[in-house]
Amino acid sequence: MRRRVMVALLFGSALGGAACLAAETPAEIRISAKKFEYHPNKVTAKLGQPVVFVLTSEDRIHGFKMPDFGLRTDIVPGQETRVTLTPDKAGSFTFFCDVFCGDGHEDMEGTLVIEA
Amino acid sequence: MQHTDRRDFLKLAGMAGVTFTAGLFPGRQAAAQAADFHFVQFSDSHWGYSGPANPDAEHTLEKAVATVNGLPKQPDFIVFTGDLTHTTEDGKERRARMKRFREIVGALTVKDVRFMPGEHDASLDKGEAFKEFFGATHYTFDHKGVHFIVLDNVSDPAAKLGDEQLAWLAADLKQRKADDRIVVFTHRPLFDLKPDWDWTTADGAKAIELLMPYQNVVVFYGHIHQENHHMTGHIAHHAAKSLIFPLPAPGSQPKRTPLPYDAAMPGLGTRDVSVADKVSFVELPVTKG
Repeated sequence: MRRRVMVALLFGSALGGAACLAAETPAEIRISAKKFEYHPNKVTAKLGQPVVFVLTSEDRIHGFKMPDFGLRTDIVPGQETRVTLTPDKAGSFTFFCDVFCGDGHEDMEGTLVIEA
Repeated sequence: MQHTDRRDFLKLAGMAGVTFTAGLFPGRQAAAQAADFHFVQFSDSHWGYSGPANPDAEHTLEKAVATVNGLPKQPDFIVFTGDLTHTTEDGKERRARMKRFREIVGALTVKDVRFMPGEHDASLDKGEAFKEFFGATHYTFDHKGVHFIVLDNVSDPAAKLGDEQLAWLAADLKQRKADDRIVVFTHRPLFDLKPDWDWTTADGAKAIELLMPYQNVVVFYGHIHQENHHMTGHIAHHAAKSLIFPLPAPGSQPKRTPLPYDAAMPGLGTRDVSVADKVSFVELPVTKG
């Protein structure tokens, strides 16, 4: 009896650990950049749940800047750039290219929607 | 006061816009050694732009040159605070635009003309073509007791001054006295005017920190295509109108798209800056009207 309880406890603990691990693994949001757009240019995340942006470029160095969350990075062709965010506020937030890339650079932006 | 007198004759000439008298050089007492002079700021002519935001783009710069040539009292010098040309990925076309721009401004009566790049001129080739036509992208000069510093926050496409230029600035400032009169020219705002519209300089705060110990500093810049006046501590920052199309006030609309074209061009112009113990300036419309 005692052994059965022990096994159940261990099993329960293992399940809980797995659930915990799943909760902490950030969802991936993949965004590709090229002159003068991001694809997709509208992405969604949930308040309080971590996400990782996986950023790639199809042509040249672009930037990825989201001042509302203090995020910025270069996106270099030929490699994946990963940026993690745990949103602490809901709403719509702009991200944009801050590495001048030509005529159209000013229009290169997208929106992150954080759902409460 | 002399600047008032000049403002009056500008009004008589039908050229004066709104006069802005700044408490510039705030640490400066009225002093005998102050030499009165004036210069004109041109900005963001974007030569080569073609589009609905300015159907008159081929002539606007020429009109502004004619207007400044018509000033009754010619300025001591003229400064262009960047985006002389509109960007193109074709290096040959970039040089053709710079050549034509240089020809047009060659008609200015005043021949002491200072240039600096904007991101449209320099960010795609790190200032290579600009240097061929206009020389260094950052430098200093002195005029009648005022020290002028030209900063380049565009040749790095990530809108940085960079550590090397910041060290150069620090070394230059070390040679100044705390109450020297210092005027900074640059293209982008050195402060965070509207970061989500990219109206900022990535490391501009470092430049402001270096300038902060000096009591009499004023910054003139372009980039945002409109007048804007902002203080960081005792340092005043003044953005100029463009000569191509006006942009919206920071945050006044969702996107930083150009304002609709108005044939009267009220949002375009140059600026006549008078420097003495105080600095004042008058916005000049593109044409006499």
